[in-house]
Order: sequence, then structure tokens, then C-alpha cells
Amino acid sequence: MKDSIRIAAGQGFWGDLPDAPVRQVEGGPIDYLMLDYLAEVTMSIMQKQKARDRAAGYARDFVPLMKQILPACVERDIKVIANAGGVNVDGCAGAVRETARNLGLQGKLKIGIVTGDDILNRIDDLLGREIELRNMDTDEPLVTVRNRIQSANAYLGAQPIVEALDGGSQIVITGRATDTGLTLAPMIHEFGWAADDWDKLAAGTIAGHIIECGAQCSGGNCQYEWKTIPDLANVGFPIAEASSDGIFVITKHEATGGRVNVPSIKEQLVYEMGDPRQYITPDCIADFTTIQLADDGADRVRVFGIKGRAATDSLKVSISYSAGYKAVGTLVYAWPDAYEKAKAADGILRARLDRLSLQFDQIMTEYVGANATHGPLAGEPSSDLAEVQLRVGVRGSDRTPIERFTKEIAPLILTGPPAVTGFAGGRPKVEEIVAYWPALIPKSEITPHVEIMEV
Amino acid sequence: MKIQLTKLAHARSGDKGDTANIGLIALRDDFYPLLVRKVTAARVKEHFKGICKGEVERFELPNLSALNFLLHESLGGGGTLSLMTDAQGKTFSTALLRMEIEVDEEEAKRLRLDH
Repeated sequence: MKDSIRIAAGQGFWGDLPDAPVRQVEGGPIDYLMLDYLAEVTMSIMQKQKARDRAAGYARDFVPLMKQILPACVERDIKVIANAGGVNVDGCAGAVRETARNLGLQGKLKIGIVTGDDILNRIDDLLGREIELRNMDTDEPLVTVRNRIQSANAYLGAQPIVEALDGGSQIVITGRATDTGLTLAPMIHEFGWAADDWDKLAAGTIAGHIIECGAQCSGGNCQYEWKTIPDLANVGFPIAEASSDGIFVITKHEATGGRVNVPSIKEQLVYEMGDPRQYITPDCIADFTTIQLADDGADRVRVFGIKGRAATDSLKVSISYSAGYKAVGTLVYAWPDAYEKAKAADGILRARLDRLSLQFDQIMTEYVGANATHGPLAGEPSSDLAEVQLRVGVRGSDRTPIERFTKEIAPLILTGPPAVTGFAGGRPKVEEIVAYWPALIPKSEITPHVEIMEV
Repeated sequence: MKIQLTKLAHARSGDKGDTANIGLIALRDDFYPLLVRKVTAARVKEHFKGICKGEVERFELPNLSALNFLLHESLGGGGTLSLMTDAQGKTFSTALLRMEIEVDEEEAKRLRLDH
């Protein structure tokens, strides 16, 4: 059993820097590479892809990435843990196996496959047994959007990943697993932490929270002395150096840019935080008010003192449903009186939309450059602004009025206020809205399944 | 004297559905008690008038010299439903730092904020 392991984060979201995982493997010693691919509505996109093509429905980027790094991972025994499986974990694992075989790695590794999160086909059964899957934010029962559901997945925790690692997997591929579980699992596997050792589980969970957004804890999007953060072009993604006692250090590879210090870690700790005493995961409840941080040398922060409590009896479920359509149109007005011109254009546009009697659930205007982000806090816009972008969005359940709206933007160029540009992109696109429905399900309803496949 | 929070704290914000969260972190640990006293939930609600349509909750993290605020009903429906440029509340952090708080001369002097 090891005393300490290095877990590297390679993706903060699906679409993060493509080279980051490669640099984590090549830039210095690591034991595990953790890749988080699934944002809240990613599953619905994958569900749609799978409906069109039964072989699709997972993070396809993961396969060429494995082709690039797998030989080094096998040679140096770096384990890869990724929730890249989306709604087709088997398909993803099959593609990775084929890639591994093409690399001549047949017989040299095992792939762990974690499923059991997908409950899309069980919704009617669950609702029929009065498991209402109420929206955690609005308290509405799921039945109100029943016929518009596109995907439904329970968030699995660390335990099934641990099982896959215990079985000798070099790569573990999951569907909807928590970001934090991907990091906690190797610690449980290596250190043999008990399933009720809440303080240690909470520590591993918080390590996961810190590194799950990639470079956002190592200098990216960091306000503290941001101008002095070196070489973000070459930003180092974070590494959690975990020890069996539950104390860990956050760091990054040498000769990389960015910065890991107490302020950069604090900023990530408070990111997307609710009640800090109750950070609830499938594995435990972590108490963020117990976290202690200390400088541990250059680009190293030691994290200790963490307390946790017993996990709850529920798992979170992420459900996506179709929620109508939206479109956003923009135009740019130049000095002088850029803001006044943009406002006048908005008035003209709205009068035309009224005349067409178009019905929207919502219409919203913003003035980018004047106050789009800070609203009234930005104060009255100056008449001397170099330019202002008019940005008008509409949303509704019916596609037709949204489509009609998109034809009213370009005409403003020749029929509205002067000194206007910024319409190179053509008509705005109508977007189908896939909305997120968070709910809880009793843990007893979900049975994770682990399969270990020889390559 | 009036002091803007940019002199006292840094911040990061994000979203959970239609709720924005803002973590406000003291630039120095000895600024934290001042933030606890002055940057109340009610004060933040007032600051975000016209933006935050729901309640504001505040949580204390003395171990990090930080406060966490939840601004409910602030993101135009949240997630993919929102039409806002900042549908994920990423810029609420610096919007909060615009706030000015009143600090008495003696305390300002003790905290070396008076120059």
C-alpha cells in the first residue's frame, strides 16, 4: 500500500484545453489522471447523439486522447479515471479497447466499466411507485415534464470506481459519476479507507472539489493579484498529492505557468458553494468550515483538518428535458451616443415585434459594454463609450415566433439608428433549450454495476 | 470613511440553477471581522436591487476568512433557460466588490486602511 499518490486533473469540463491531459502525463510524475467530461446538460446532448447513432453517446474526444497517452500510461502505470462514458459507457469502453489493441497493448491492461446510473427507462416505474423526483429547486413533481424528458442519470459516487480499481483496471470509464468521486476513488483504493471514515472521505472529496475545475485553482480565472500570475499560456493543471492520513497538497508540474497559493485555492473552494457545512455527495457530507490551508513552498498548498459526516440516504439525479426555444440577436453601435443609439434600436425592434403580435415567454435586452454584467451597479452609461452591443434574447415554448424574431435583427441596420455594424454571422440561430432538473432518489433504487474487461 | 470592498476582499462567483453564489474572501485575515459586521445579507440584497429578485443567504467560513452568499432568483431562470450574457453568475463576484462600506477612522487606522 502506498503512503502518498499524485492525482492529476486533465479537464475541467468537456471542451477544456485539449492538450492539458497530455501535459499532465508528460510534464512530471503522476499516478492517476482524472478527467471530468460531464456538465449538467451534457447527458442530453449525448442521448440525442445516441438516438441518431447507436455507437455514439459518449465523449468522443476521449478515444483519440487515449491513443495519444495510453502507451505512456501503461509503461509508467498511470491509471486513468474518466466519466467519459456519458450514456454509452460500453460503446466508449469498446472504442478504447480497439484503440489499445491497435497500439499493440492487447493483454497488457484492463478497462473498468461503471454503469447503473442511467434511469431513463425506469422513469415510469419510479413515478408509478410514488418516487416523484421533485425538482430540488422548484419542488415541482417530475410528472409535469414527463413527456419532455431527454435523459435521466443518478450521480454515482466513488465506491464503484474503487471496485474497478481494486479489480486491476488501468482505465476506469463511468457514465454520470460525481466529479469529486473521480478523485476520491483512488485514495480509497490505495489507502484502504473505510466506507465510514467520514473525515478522510470528506478530505478526498474536497481534494476533488479543488481540482475538478482544472486550472481554475491554479491561476486561471483568479482575481487575487491576477496581473502578476505568470505564463497562463502555459498554465499548469492541478495535481492533488494525497496521503493516507487524509492530508493533501495541491500543486502543479514544475516549469508550468499559473500559480497555486492559498488565495487561488480559497477562490476555488468557494466556487459554486451552497451551505459550507453541508457539501453533500454520495460518499459523505464534507464540512468546508473545517478546512485549513497552509503554504507549503512554491506552488504548493497543504490542506488539512477536514471533518466529514455520514452520507445521506439519497443520490442526486440529473434529468434533462426539452424546454422550448430561444434566440439571441446582437448589433454593435459606435460612438457618439452609442448607448443611446442601442436603446433607440431596441425601442424600434420591440415596436415591430408588438405589431407582429409575437408571443414570447420572455424577452430581454442587454447593452454589452454599458451594463450587461453588472446592471444598475455599473451606473449611468457615458455618452462617450466607443461602442455598445445591443443584445436581445427571446424565449418561448413555440418555435414559430422565435424564428420570426430572428428576421427582425438585420433589417435594423438599414432601418434604425446610424453607425451600426457587427452582423457578420447572419441571422441568429434558433436554439432548442434543454433544461436541467435536479432531483433526489433513494440510494436503494440505484445499483451500480462494475465490469472489468481485458484488452 | 468609505472603503470599497476591492480594497478588502477578492471573490469568485458561480451558479446553481437560478441562484448565484458569491464567495467573498478577505485579502488579509484581520479584515474578516469587518466583512462579517458590514457585509450582511440585508446589505447584499440592497446592493443587488433589481438583479436579485429572491432572498439572500449568508454563510460564514472563519477558517478561510470568507463569507458565502446565495442570491436566489438572480439568473433569469438559470442554466440554459436564461437569456442573460452572464447566465452562470460568473461576474457577480466583482459586482459585489463594487460595494462601499463605512469604516470608522480608528478601525481604518488600526487596519492601515487610512492612507
